[in-house]
Amino acid sequence: MPTNVIEITDVSKRFVIRKEKSLKERLVNFGRSNLHKDDFWALRDIDLSITSGSTVGLIGPNGSGKSTLLKTIGGILQPTSGSVQLRGRLAALLELGAGFHPDLTGRENVYLNASILGISREQTDKYFDAIVDFSGIEPFIDTQVKFYSSGMYVRLAFSVAVHVDPDILLVDEVLAVGDEPFQRKCMERIKGFQHEGRTIVLVTHSLDQVAEICDRAIVLEHGRVTADGAPQEALRVLRADFEATRQVEIEKAQSREEGAKATPRARISGVQLLHGETLAPVDSIEPRDSLVVRVDVEPHAELADWMLGLAIDTPLGVTVFGTNTQLLGSAPPALTHGTSFDFRLPDLSLGEGRYSIRLALEGLDGQEIHRLPEAAHVEVHGDGRSQGSLAVAASFAPA
Amino acid sequence: MTNDSAARAARLAAEPLRPAGPRPGFLTGTLQSIRDVLAHRELLGLLVRRELKARYKDSVLGFFWSLAKPFAMLLVYYVAIGKFLGAEQIPGRPGGVPQFAIFIFTGLTAWQLFSDIVVGCTGSVVANAGLIKKVYVPREVYPLSVVGAALFNFGIQLTILVGATVAVGQFPTGFRWLYFLLALAVLITFSTALGLFLAAVNVYLRDVQYLIEIMIMILLWASPIVYAWKFVDNALDGPLQSLYLANPMTQVVLGFQRAFWVAGDGEPFPANLGESLLISLGISVLLLWLSQRVFARLQSNFAQEL
Repeated sequence: MPTNVIEITDVSKRFVIRKEKSLKERLVNFGRSNLHKDDFWALRDIDLSITSGSTVGLIGPNGSGKSTLLKTIGGILQPTSGSVQLRGRLAALLELGAGFHPDLTGRENVYLNASILGISREQTDKYFDAIVDFSGIEPFIDTQVKFYSSGMYVRLAFSVAVHVDPDILLVDEVLAVGDEPFQRKCMERIKGFQHEGRTIVLVTHSLDQVAEICDRAIVLEHGRVTADGAPQEALRVLRADFEATRQVEIEKAQSREEGAKATPRARISGVQLLHGETLAPVDSIEPRDSLVVRVDVEPHAELADWMLGLAIDTPLGVTVFGTNTQLLGSAPPALTHGTSFDFRLPDLSLGEGRYSIRLALEGLDGQEIHRLPEAAHVEVHGDGRSQGSLAVAASFAPA
Repeated sequence: MTNDSAARAARLAAEPLRPAGPRPGFLTGTLQSIRDVLAHRELLGLLVRRELKARYKDSVLGFFWSLAKPFAMLLVYYVAIGKFLGAEQIPGRPGGVPQFAIFIFTGLTAWQLFSDIVVGCTGSVVANAGLIKKVYVPREVYPLSVVGAALFNFGIQLTILVGATVAVGQFPTGFRWLYFLLALAVLITFSTALGLFLAAVNVYLRDVQYLIEIMIMILLWASPIVYAWKFVDNALDGPLQSLYLANPMTQVVLGFQRAFWVAGDGEPFPANLGESLLISLGISVLLLWLSQRVFARLQSNFAQEL
C-alpha cells in the first residue's frame, strides 16, 4: 500500500486584481474600493493525493493554474482555503539558477544555489567536482557568472539542480532548456530519480514528455481538474479541449470575416471505414489489411478549389501517416451537392493498437473549412510479436 | 521496486504529514519559525557572504567604500560642528565637548549599524523578489542576512574606533564594556525588530522604503550623536526630556559613549542609564517577537504581491 506524500484537500486560490494602486486613486475611491477589485480564482476546489514514487504530469492550457498549484505544493503560495500537506523533504526546481548573483563566481554561486535548493554544505563539497564535470564549464568556474553565455549559465544551474536529494521533486518546465544532448541528460536523470522511488510532480507543455515519463497525468482547466488518470486518457481529454478551443477560434475568425453569415462553406458530413476488398464496414483490421476511408463532403454553396486531408494518429497524438489530395496529385472537382470520396489505403502495416483517423477539409488558400480530429477509430489486432505503430513480419535466427 | 525506493517508501510511510509552507497561527508558530531559520543557517551564512562580496565586487578600493561614508560624515561634523560652531573643547574654550572626534565617531558607529539594518531590511524582501517567487525558504533569512552583513561592517568600524581610543591613549577598560554589550544588544534587537516589520510592510506598500530613508536622516538628530547630551539637558526638562530619553537609540548612543568616550567621564550623563537600557532590551525583545509574528503572518502572501 503506497503512502500519500502529497495530500491536497479542497484547495482554492484567489488572486485579487486591483486596478488602482496610487494614493490619489485610493483616496478618491475610498470606500468604494471594492468596486475596483477583481477576483480571479486560479484554483478551484482541488482535491488530490499523490502517492510516493509516482511521477505526475500537470498539464493544461496556459493560465489554467498549473504553476499556481505547483507553487502551492511548494509552499511558495498559500491557498485561500483548503490545505496542502506533505511528507518528506521537498525541493522545487521552478527556476534554474535561483539566487544566482551575476557578480559572484561560478563556484560561489554553486554553493549559494545548492543551499537554496536544500543541499547541505557538506554534500555540496562532496558533489562539487561532479557538478562542475556535469556542467562542462570547468575552465570558467572561477569567472563571474555575468560573463557566462546563457548556455553556460543554464548548464551550471542545472548541474546543481540535479544533485538535489529530495523525496518530492517539483519541476516547472525547466527541462525545456539546453541543447538536445543536455535535454537527454536531463531525462536520464529524471528516470534515475524515478528508479530511486522519488515522487516527481512535473508541469510541462510538452505532451510527449508526459506520455514518456509520467505514470499519471492531471489536466487542469480554469483552475479545476478536468481529467486525472493514465497519461493517455488525460492527454486525450486535453487534446479534445485544445481542439474545441481551436474550433471556437476558427468560427470566430470566420464570422468576423464573413460578417453575419457564419455558416461554413462546406462540411464533412459522414465517414465510413470499409474493408479494402469486401467493402464491408469495419472497425477493426489485421496488420497489412487494406482499408478504404469513405468521406462524404457536403457543400453549402458551390465549393471549388478545395482539398481533403487524412491522417492516422496514435492515442498519444503522434501522427503515423498523413496525406492529402494535393500530395496525391488529384484535384477534386467543384461541388454543388453532397458527394462521397474514397481514400484507399492498401496493405496498411499498422502495429497493434487503437488509432484515430483525422480528416480536414481545406481551401487551396490554406484556410480551414472543416476538420474532424477524431473522425473514426480503427482497432488493429496484432499477433503479439511486436510493439509500436509499424507492423513488420520480423523474425530472428542465426545468420 | 528497488531496495532504494522500498526503503524510501517505508521511511515516508512512517513520517507524519506536515503542512506545506509557513505554519499558520499567530502565537503557536514562534518555535517553529525559530527552528526553520536555524535549519537554514548555512543558507543565511551564504546570503550574508553574497551581500558582502557582491556589494563592492568590481570596485578597485572594495571594502574601503563601506568605511568611506562614516569617515566622510565624521569629517563633515567634526569640521562644521566641532570647529566652526565651536562644539569642540579646546584650551581656552571651556564648555565644549572633549575629544570631539572620538565622541562623534562613537555615535556614528552606533547609528550606522542602526541605519544599515533598518534601511537594508526594509528593502530586503522586495530585492529578493525573484527568489521568493521561486523557492520556499523561511523568508526571515533575507532580512536576517542584511543584519549579518551590517554587523560585519560594524565590526570593522568598531575596530577602527577602538584603534582610535588606543591612539589617543584612552583605551576603555573594565565596566565600560558592560555598557557597550548592553547597548549593542538593545541596538541589534531593536533594529532587527523594526527591520523585520518594515520588510514585510514594504511588500504591500512600497512607499515605506522611501519614507524610511528620510526618517533615518531626520532621526539622526533626535539622538545625541553630533551634539552632546549636556546641551539637551540644558534645553529640555520635565516630560520633554523623558520623551527624548525614551528613544531606545538615544539610550544606545549614550551607552556607546559611556563605553568608548573616556574623555567624557566628567561630562553629565542621564541617571540610571544602565537600568533604562535593560528596560529597553526587554521591550525590544518583545517587539522583535511581535514583529516576527507580523512578518510570519504577512509572508504568506509575499509571492503574489511581489
